[in-house]
Amino acid sequence: MAPPARSLSSAPVLVAKDVTRIYRTGSVEVQALRGVSVELHEGEMVVLLGASGSGKSTLLNILGALDRPSSGTVQFREHDLTHASERALTQFRREHVGFVFQFYNLMPALTARENVALVTEISRAPMRPEEALERVGLGHRLDHFPAELSGGEQQRVAIARAIAKRPELLLCDEPTGALDSTTGVQVLEALHQVNRELGTATAIITHNVGIRRIADRVIHISDGLVAREEVNEAPILPAEVTW
Amino acid sequence: MVSVLDRKLIRDLRRLWAQVLAIAAVLACGVMVLVLGEGLQSSLAQSRDTYYERQRFADVFATLTRAPRTLLPELAEIEGVASLTARVEAAALIGLPEMDEPVSARVLSLPASGEPALNLPLLVTGRLPSALHPDEVALYAPFAEAHELMPGAQIEAVIRGTRRSLLVTGHVLSPEFVYTIGPGQMMPDDRRYGVIWMGEEALAGAADMQGAFNALMVGLTRGANAQAVIDALDDRLARFGGAGAHDRDGQISHAFLASEIDQLGTMALVLPPIFLAVSAFLVNMVLSRLIALERQQIGLLKAVGYTTAAITAHYLKLSLGIGLIGTLIGWGAGARLSLGMTRMYAEFFRLPVLIYNPSSWPFALSAALAALTVLAGAWRAVGASVRLSPAIAMLPPAPPSFRRGLVDGLGTALRLRQTTMMILRGITRWPGRAAITLFGVSASVSVLIASFFLSDAMALMTDEVFYQANRQNVTLTLSQAQTDRALLDAVHLPGVLVAEGSFSLPVRLVVGPREELTSITAFSEGATLSRLIDDEGRAVALPDAGLVLPEGLADKLGLRTGDRLRVEALAPPRETWELPLAATIRQTIGQEAYMARPALFALMRQVPQVNRIDLLVDAPALPALYAEAKRRPEIAGLTAWDAVREQFEATIGENVLISVIVYTTLGVLITVGVVYNAARIRLSERAHELASLRVLGFHRSEVGMVLIGETAALTLAAIPLGWIAGYGFAALMTQAFTTDLVALPLVIERATYATASLIALAAALVSTLAVRRRLDRIDIVQALKARD
Repeated sequence: MAPPARSLSSAPVLVAKDVTRIYRTGSVEVQALRGVSVELHEGEMVVLLGASGSGKSTLLNILGALDRPSSGTVQFREHDLTHASERALTQFRREHVGFVFQFYNLMPALTARENVALVTEISRAPMRPEEALERVGLGHRLDHFPAELSGGEQQRVAIARAIAKRPELLLCDEPTGALDSTTGVQVLEALHQVNRELGTATAIITHNVGIRRIADRVIHISDGLVAREEVNEAPILPAEVTW
Repeated sequence: MVSVLDRKLIRDLRRLWAQVLAIAAVLACGVMVLVLGEGLQSSLAQSRDTYYERQRFADVFATLTRAPRTLLPELAEIEGVASLTARVEAAALIGLPEMDEPVSARVLSLPASGEPALNLPLLVTGRLPSALHPDEVALYAPFAEAHELMPGAQIEAVIRGTRRSLLVTGHVLSPEFVYTIGPGQMMPDDRRYGVIWMGEEALAGAADMQGAFNALMVGLTRGANAQAVIDALDDRLARFGGAGAHDRDGQISHAFLASEIDQLGTMALVLPPIFLAVSAFLVNMVLSRLIALERQQIGLLKAVGYTTAAITAHYLKLSLGIGLIGTLIGWGAGARLSLGMTRMYAEFFRLPVLIYNPSSWPFALSAALAALTVLAGAWRAVGASVRLSPAIAMLPPAPPSFRRGLVDGLGTALRLRQTTMMILRGITRWPGRAAITLFGVSASVSVLIASFFLSDAMALMTDEVFYQANRQNVTLTLSQAQTDRALLDAVHLPGVLVAEGSFSLPVRLVVGPREELTSITAFSEGATLSRLIDDEGRAVALPDAGLVLPEGLADKLGLRTGDRLRVEALAPPRETWELPLAATIRQTIGQEAYMARPALFALMRQVPQVNRIDLLVDAPALPALYAEAKRRPEIAGLTAWDAVREQFEATIGENVLISVIVYTTLGVLITVGVVYNAARIRLSERAHELASLRVLGFHRSEVGMVLIGETAALTLAAIPLGWIAGYGFAALMTQAFTTDLVALPLVIERATYATASLIALAAALVSTLAVRRRLDRIDIVQALKARD
């Protein structure tokens, strides 16, 4: 049974308009984004699809306030992120955004539970670390260090860490990029479940075409521009994805 | 043609310049101290020896009451005597218009020829006094300069109760007076003590010593047995009031200079190992990290055919590069400082000869030690990684594995934050590195304590000598012993509130084969001005019978309380007594024996006498007292204690300040070297983790704490260790600095511990903040992309 598609008419959480990003290294100038406009809505799951070098990671970094646009605006609800201070951006990430990266970025010195607690300690009204880990199916591996977990398990710890603060925005950069397909599906299921149960606006970056079918909406990025957008009327469950 | 690997080496050194410099600076300290200490020691010793040789400094010295010059041929016959000079010596008081208090001086006779066989005075300006003009004198140059008494000036002197007007003809220096301390003084004071050279006939006339002498200097033949000559002299001079002959070790100027030179040698021996050990650890730490970062490059080099030996050699060369930089800095600083400080010392001691001829071995030795140090540090770091097979080396290293342990229980029990857990696990995961930081910071704290404690020791000495043991403000030395009637006369001097007498008798203390020349000071019953003080600062009453000795002297003689010793009086009645050691006292300055006056005079079978009078004087009346003292022939010397204290504090203060500056610099360099490197490595290893924290919404200050926390925790833990090490180090220093004249007390005030700790903390904080600035510059996005 396919889950019901989310309505696009719900309020936009994040709005990016005409965003460009130019990197300068020495005399070389690289235009990673050439004027991208996207919106993320409450409760929807969006897949940003593109080949490597298309600019999708740059876009995600700007949406997550890890980087600033060279021009254009980014707005989170009523807050303008484009001109916010360094401190305000940090606060924005702390309170509203969860990140999941290709290489997990866990603290090797902390156990699974502690990696999640790292975030819950500095959040308002987070869920308990144990609860977050149970949601991703790791209730039985609470006290393991990253080095004692498989890649898929580590990525699920990263997801638990990202969602424990009950963020409004979950940004995932190639979350299955370093995993085999079976483990990858488990990770996607965890993301899907969080999206459906918590209503978190979720954006997944991938170059894996198969994954686009679980999204409510797919944004194709190519050469620093939004090539096209498609609304998926009947998203499938992650278990049905193959690659 | 420079090989590609060597080019990489030079670029690595340039890229890592801050860390390389931090290690090289620590290493340079070790090299510098070795070069400086040895250079200074050998230059001073050579300058002194040349000076001694040119001015024919005597080997054996004797003073006596009076012997006829006809005795000299007999003395010259003693086996081992190469040459001898007899002279007349007398104490004098000099009145100088600009000084309230009378100035003490020692007058020495010069033969008519002007050239004694031994202890030749060195003319600095003017000419020596002429035998034809009995009122002509030459002055000890620093004394003349202190009072601007140029040739042609007139001075008034009282010699043996006779006032004389004297004409200054010249300024001289002498090997006997490199370090010039007057009777009753603690430190050289050229304003209050002088030496005067006068024609023999004139002085003999003034001192009633015609055809006689009361001081003898002996030059020994090569290979002569000094002790045999001393014994023979004592034997022959006994009936002329010989006060015991002694070699150069008993000559106060030589003894001071020798102990000063010895201390420089001790510095060159004690300090370098600390710096070398710290630098070895630092090289190990930095190179381990560099090799970890270059693991894949090493794999690549091996894959294209470089041998393990070639790659090992590359990294060892890198460490030698650091060693070379440190050695060059150390050599430069050491050579420059040792020349400068040799000049400074030579000026202080008025050595007219300055031979700066540092031997090459300290340079060679320090370079070899520096090379060994860095190689030892590098060896372990290079070992394992370089031997990996190329395929494995090219893979990224496995993530560091952590295990549950003590820290976990602690974390749960104390409900620690996760960032704190990261700090704690970082420490326990790399215990070796934590140990280096602990070792370095505690070494630095201990060096600081060992230098600052000198002020505490000096404060204690000042308090003991000037406020506890000597509460008089004036001490009069009498030209001859008198009965206690002299005390009644003294009470009637201007402004005198209390007058107390004591008697000083030169003695030789003998225990088996050991013997010491000293004097017994016998205090009046119930003396309140000059007192003996025990360890707790309480006044000690002299026992009714037996001797009291300072601990240092008792140790030297191997005596314990209750033991008996032989005491030979070297002045009338010239008897030998067997006395018990009744008690020992802790005394920082001076090595005299003490006895109750009634007990001493009972032994001497005489009516009690005094030859020294301590006075408590109403301060406003001091000028009147001084004026009166200059008119009294029975007063041979006067000690103004306030002036002695001021001179003591000024001299000590200057010396302590120099040593505090030097040691603080050294201590701070160790902390900076260790902490900066450790923090840089931590930053490099954790850049990824720290950037992740920023992504998760941690503020810069919070992420900074994770970086600083480890340093802070280790620095705080190192401080108490540094206290313990510092105490031990200070104990070593008291031994090194203790001479026959000064026993440095081991006292360390709380403020000293606190100051040393604060300096180390501040140095650690500044070093970490320098690294934190780099953290602030890290680009989050780039750091997340770059995987080690």
